[in-house]
Amino acid sequence: MDNTEALDQDAERRALQLEFARQLVARLESSEWEEADALIRQLRLPYEQQLFEELGKLTRELHEALNSFRGDARLVELTRDHIPDAKERLNYVVSMTEQASHRTLNALDEAMPITEALHAMALDLRARWARFRNRELTIDEFRDLARGVETFLESGIQDTERLKALMSEILMSQDYQDLTGQIIRRVIRLVQEVEENLVELVRLSSGRLDLQRPAKPSPSESEPDALDALRGHGPVVPNTRDATADVVSSQDDVDALLSSLGF
Amino acid sequence: MKILVVDDFSTMRRIIKNLLRELGFNNVSEADDGSTALPMLKTGGFDFLITDWNMPNMEGIALLKAVRADPMLKSLPVLMVTAEAKRDQIIEAAQAGVNGYIVKPFTAETLKEKIDKIFERIEAQG
Repeated sequence: MDNTEALDQDAERRALQLEFARQLVARLESSEWEEADALIRQLRLPYEQQLFEELGKLTRELHEALNSFRGDARLVELTRDHIPDAKERLNYVVSMTEQASHRTLNALDEAMPITEALHAMALDLRARWARFRNRELTIDEFRDLARGVETFLESGIQDTERLKALMSEILMSQDYQDLTGQIIRRVIRLVQEVEENLVELVRLSSGRLDLQRPAKPSPSESEPDALDALRGHGPVVPNTRDATADVVSSQDDVDALLSSLGF
Repeated sequence: MKILVVDDFSTMRRIIKNLLRELGFNNVSEADDGSTALPMLKTGGFDFLITDWNMPNMEGIALLKAVRADPMLKSLPVLMVTAEAKRDQIIEAAQAGVNGYIVKPFTAETLKEKIDKIFERIEAQG
């Protein structure tokens, strides 16, 4: 719109308003209320028009922002499926690490008294052995010592065997770090994806009506499902979308599947 | 016997190495994914490969395929030790020529059993 034209329109509007105002005063003075009300509405009209226009624009923007939000299927998928899944995965990590700690601590609880008993027996034998070397033992005491040595050797073999088994239990329970690590890395990838999508959303809404998005497919769209299925996923987490996949539940299942393939 | 253990988690490599030592295998090397393992295999005269599946850069399945495609390595026995439990994946590994497949978490007995089985087969084939 041309500047002088705008000024002309403005002047015209003000003249009209002044005219309405004069009429309004006249109507009010002659107590013509209905006519006065009509004039007040007339005076308000340009402002309402502006308000409606502004409101209309806002509504349109909101509508389009919501549409583009809805159109971003990946973000919807992330919030609807993946975030609850991620919570379940992290809960699973908590319970796995708890179990692993208990497994380790249980083994230690059993191992500690065994080592303490072995240690106490060795101390006792050493003291008696020293007395024997100093020729302080009676025949009966010596016989006792000999039986003690025998018992010590027997239980030493058994106890160290048990200790070895317990240490092996502690060793195997450390596998949680790998298994939970894989699950946590998967959640980290999800958080990154959510972040990228949110940044994109902020970019969209700050650009207001500038809805020309770069044609950038989301990562999930760029990978065909068939290929994705064969990529490494990490451990199956119960109560997530993992459980809906066709998975084996034990080593026996794996062995059965492989033998059906001629292994 | 020279063995290469490939897993991106050092804790799992230590566990497998420990178990192998128990079984009498003392010459064990480590790699943290397929892309570091492959050059080692090509130069190192390894007799046995134990690999994870889910690893950065080069996954275990890609390593297995690369091994089978290499004329020098193609008959190297490969045991997969992985948390990947999809039937399709196990079939994929079998078709790619894996010699054994163990799902994590596994036991020391399972590892021993599968290794024994692999070498029994190899001996039987001559």
